[in-house]
Amino acid sequence: MKELSLNVLDIAENSVKARATLIRILLEETEETLTLTVADNGCGMKKESLRGVVDPFYTTRTTRKVGMGIPLLKMAAEQTGGTLAISSRHESDYPDSHGTEVVARFYKQHIDFTPLGDIVSTVTTLIQGSPEIDFEFRHEFGSGCAELDTRRMREILGAEIPLNDPEILRWIAQYLADQYLNYKQ
Amino acid sequence: MKSLAELAAIREKMKDKIVLREGGNDIRIVVGMATCGIAAGARPVLNAFVEGVDKEGLNGKVVVSQTGCIGICQYEPVVEVFEAGKEKVTYVKMTAEKAEKVLKEHIKGGKVVQEYTIANAKNA
Repeated sequence: MKELSLNVLDIAENSVKARATLIRILLEETEETLTLTVADNGCGMKKESLRGVVDPFYTTRTTRKVGMGIPLLKMAAEQTGGTLAISSRHESDYPDSHGTEVVARFYKQHIDFTPLGDIVSTVTTLIQGSPEIDFEFRHEFGSGCAELDTRRMREILGAEIPLNDPEILRWIAQYLADQYLNYKQ
Repeated sequence: MKSLAELAAIREKMKDKIVLREGGNDIRIVVGMATCGIAAGARPVLNAFVEGVDKEGLNGKVVVSQTGCIGICQYEPVVEVFEAGKEKVTYVKMTAEKAEKVLKEHIKGGKVVQEYTIANAKNA
């Protein structure tokens, strides 16, 4: 992947396929590290699947929802000296608290660190594809943070306006871009 | 600086628009957004279609949606165009620029852009 934000898009698509109703994307930056967390309340994975998802050759047709996504993210993290961890609670074992959490840590100064790229485009793409799902996005960096919560948006917009309406998507892109600009000054 | 409060104004403005949009979506543009598609550059292609459909005033007539892996990963980014009563058109190795051309010539103009289709790629 040319940008880390594309890995974020790819990993979040797994949450969509796991029938999540809420997907949280958190990016925490320090001088040296970037930590990505993608957490969902989807169906979760059983222990056997969980062990296999980091192995690209594990995937079979029934578990194809994971595929190459996690191995690619793991590679992107580890090539900077970082790590990837996944924890998951399957719905059959945890009927009230199921879901999956992927945490990847990157060392930004490493020569093999892939820049984050257009993360705003990743957020709008996710909402365009799954307007019925709630997304909580938060990017914390040294001087501040940029955030968006579709639940807050729905409170104002009401239920009848789909979040993938072009005007709403444009608003989201601008809303996030403005927050980044504000902190760069 | 955009604020959440602006959404209330957008909601008011859109009340009328929603009624207008209740025409059937005649054309469906589907972009493959699995790992293979994303890695090959599907995100800007999708965005070009989403923005282009709005810019050309095709909302209500054309819907842009995302799908998983279609199984022809070597041809990604792949875009499929479905239109009632017509055969499906599969565009391969797409870019944002190609998407603009497909919008103008095929979606608006009704003429398939043969050079971008999978049939053309296979014969090449």
